[in-house]
Amino acid sequence: MSAKEEKPLKKVCIICAKGSIEDVYATLIMANGAVMEGIEAKVFFTFFGLDAITKKQMKKLHTGVVGNPAMRMPGGLPFPTLLGILPGVEAGVSAMMKSQMEKLDIPPVDEFLDMITAGGGEIYACKLATDMFKLKKEDLSEHVIDIITVGDFYAMAGGENTQIIFT
Amino acid sequence: MATKNIAGIPVEVNEEGYMSDPSQWSREIAVELAKEENIELTEKHFEILEFIRKEYESGVQLTIRKVGKSGIVDIKGLYELFPGGPLKKSSKIAGIPKPASCV
Repeated sequence: MSAKEEKPLKKVCIICAKGSIEDVYATLIMANGAVMEGIEAKVFFTFFGLDAITKKQMKKLHTGVVGNPAMRMPGGLPFPTLLGILPGVEAGVSAMMKSQMEKLDIPPVDEFLDMITAGGGEIYACKLATDMFKLKKEDLSEHVIDIITVGDFYAMAGGENTQIIFT
Repeated sequence: MATKNIAGIPVEVNEEGYMSDPSQWSREIAVELAKEENIELTEKHFEILEFIRKEYESGVQLTIRKVGKSGIVDIKGLYELFPGGPLKKSSKIAGIPKPASCV
């Protein structure tokens, strides 16, 4: 076997299409982690992922408690799906997730976007999805650089040692 | 583990260049370590280095958010002072171990 030369990653293009706490945070943590390592990061929010950059929704993200087999009670027992249908349960679980993250110094979504853009990360919204959800640029966080097409996004994904990540 | 001569002092560093013994650190060493990262240290840099050394000594897990809330510098400023890796580079220059933090 010949020795393979490892070339460091230069750029990541991350796509977020879902709007639950865990999907959005996976995206934000990957993006922030990239800029912290000096890796260029471009993030494309589409479909329900748009909630993360929509001013009205970004502070109200929830995690799904129905049909989520990995959801457990604090003690480790399975979380009954039927419990999840009760009013307030999803909100309570989501609030608990957020408080656990806060303890680890993981910021709320708006502050996380501040951190990523402070490090030079770029945030974009999908044109097709914003049209579908009837969202305008002014409905979105001020960190959103532009509403772009899939083609525009791919055009940014060129260059050596670039990866596209779908969270 | 290796011994490296920094500013005329033999200093223990690991394979990535992080100092093994934070108590060996001095301002002179910081200046030399910063040069390796192409950073010229200013008083602002030193304020941050002192801050993260203090946090490290008190056993706190460092994050850029903590440094951003220190009142010394905001996160954008931190990226400007330590380009291309604010937490890693500042930790290296501050003579503390590589931060094991994802945020």
